[in-house]
Amino acid sequence: VQAETITSPDAPPVAGAASPRDWRRVLGRWETLLIALLAVLAVVGQLISPEFLTTDSFTTGSLDLSEIALMALPLAMVIVAAEIDLSVASVLALSSALMAYLWNHGQPVETIIPICLIAGAVCGAFNGVLVTRFGLPSLAVTIGTLALFRGLAFVVIGDDSVTDFPVTWTDRAFGNFAGTFVPNTIVLFAVLAAAFAVLLHATPFGRSVFAIGANQEAAYFSGLRVKRIKLILFTLSGAVAALAGVVITLRNSTGAANVGQGFELSAVTAVLLGGVSIFGGRGTIAGVILALFLLGGIQKALLLSESISSYWIQIVTGALLVGSVLGPNLARRVAGARRRSRSQQEEDS
Amino acid sequence: MKSARPRTVGALLVALALLVMFALAACGETKNSSDTGSSTQSQQGASSTASGANPDAPIKKGLKTVSIPKQLGNPYEEYEHSGIDEALKELGGSNRITGPTDAGASTQIPIINAAVQQKPNAIIIAGNDPNAVAPALKQAAQRGVKIVGMDSDVAPEARSVFINQVTTQLVGEGQVKSIAKEIGNKGQIAILSATANATNQNAWIKVMKEELKKPEYKDIKLVKVAYGDDDDQKSFQQTQGLIQAYPNLKGIISPTTVGVAAAARYLSTSPQKGKIKLTGLGFPNQMRKFVKNGTVDEFQLWVPKDVGYLAGQAAAALVSGRITGKEGEKFKAGRLGDYTIGPNGEIVLGPLTTFTKDNIDKFDF
Repeated sequence: VQAETITSPDAPPVAGAASPRDWRRVLGRWETLLIALLAVLAVVGQLISPEFLTTDSFTTGSLDLSEIALMALPLAMVIVAAEIDLSVASVLALSSALMAYLWNHGQPVETIIPICLIAGAVCGAFNGVLVTRFGLPSLAVTIGTLALFRGLAFVVIGDDSVTDFPVTWTDRAFGNFAGTFVPNTIVLFAVLAAAFAVLLHATPFGRSVFAIGANQEAAYFSGLRVKRIKLILFTLSGAVAALAGVVITLRNSTGAANVGQGFELSAVTAVLLGGVSIFGGRGTIAGVILALFLLGGIQKALLLSESISSYWIQIVTGALLVGSVLGPNLARRVAGARRRSRSQQEEDS
Repeated sequence: MKSARPRTVGALLVALALLVMFALAACGETKNSSDTGSSTQSQQGASSTASGANPDAPIKKGLKTVSIPKQLGNPYEEYEHSGIDEALKELGGSNRITGPTDAGASTQIPIINAAVQQKPNAIIIAGNDPNAVAPALKQAAQRGVKIVGMDSDVAPEARSVFINQVTTQLVGEGQVKSIAKEIGNKGQIAILSATANATNQNAWIKVMKEELKKPEYKDIKLVKVAYGDDDDQKSFQQTQGLIQAYPNLKGIISPTTVGVAAAARYLSTSPQKGKIKLTGLGFPNQMRKFVKNGTVDEFQLWVPKDVGYLAGQAAAALVSGRITGKEGEKFKAGRLGDYTIGPNGEIVLGPLTTFTKDNIDKFDF
């Protein structure tokens, strides 16, 4: 089913009249597939538990996913540029540990937050410098810093956790926006998502990110400052991961070094499931947002089921990750095979 | 893709930073300013349990509880939670065990939130982090779900009662009593602990030292506290070292499951087998062969299943209104007998259980 509905944008135009072609293009979009999957999930989820389609599910489900959602936004841009940042969850933990440390040392939250964001940006820039100035593969660099930043977090705060953050702040992070059922953290996410959508899709900077991801050499020779742009992307990723660290610390009123273990997996899954190509050059923020809904929905449905163990959340997340890389790949192969057989036929006739 | 790029990026970055700052608008509290949360929060928590208890209220029919371990796949916790199942079944209700796959500070929150949506009567939880789960638990309580802490406590204002497997005092007393009995109240003893800075170990050892000052233990002399760092090999070597250094050593207390098993393994092959007595905190499954071959007469621990059973009974009593969580309230906990709620909503399972060759086969954990 997937192979038929997904055709990559660079596939040659299919023969036929103009209107069916447009129709096919809409159908062929990854986002359309995600919306269809969301519809299926709505039905299946409701069958699993009558509690599935409720505002309650949205409030708690989105709150649970808010940090991953935040981290997925800059990560999407990093992956569009054909790089990866696996250290995001560790930056989140370092930010949480730093917050705990500074709070213990008598700093007000208003001072702590900018410091954490700057520290996150520095972590991101560290990744960026290793990747761009030393020419190291980001996969290796960020696996290394995944361990490094997590280790630093434990150095900062140890096994302790700090929990006496002021209620005004923890309520802000835990509460809902102005009497609605939408958590404040999701409002924050929406604002950032809009900013990132503009940045990626409506600015010259965003266009150059796509250009770098599609063909780095070509981008370089057409005068783009490839290294600098990548450095900015890694820095942004670090800063937003640190913001996610602030959010999770206040939301749980707990600063600790062991928070968010494995969040990088969920964030990467959200980005790839959102149709961002792991090879770079393709993807939309809208797709990532849809994928986040899908991930959160699946997680909620599994949690609400009375008989499915939460191990399945990991299994499903892993399967989605593989599936979202495999799907487009298969589609391209099928499209390629069709093209070949068609040109064969034309030669024959 | 013209040269305007860096300026656009800069502007966007600044805008982002500003947005973040505004979204998290300020008011200037620090740790040292007087009102840091727990005081206001505890008021909220207390008001929800204002109504009085009726010790004779009937047990609610068809009780539904959800129990949340720290992490799935831990045999100790599975055994502990099987006790909750037992209690609920006995009372005509049912319990469902659901938990996170890793023990991170916040991994239980989604589990709690989903559990609340299923509208159980009570949630029984062993907290990974006392405070991270507190907001979610408080929200659950606001919706009428009773919260029972078990094994490792959550913030007191986030639960009605906490089932403590044992107290520091009871461990210290029980261990000294056990070794005194084994060595006939006379002779040199040593302690094989975990790490030198383990909080619980040091608290227990402190109580043990106090206990040894009692007149009935006047002929027992504690000669050394050794540290095996909860490492099997190191504990093994430390046992060997103790025996060489103190030829008149009569007994060893090892209040750690790793230490007591390693010490038993050393003693089982040494000439002092059966002569130097060993007690400690151990798992029956690890210690069974040493009890059966005569190396160890007895050792102690709480029974995890009883911890769960008591938690299940307490949850039922809370839901049925027999208790509200106030200090001094009493309730009957099935096969375990009567319990009284202590200060801070704490219910202590009781003294340590002693395992000997006569009863060890009844326990599988």
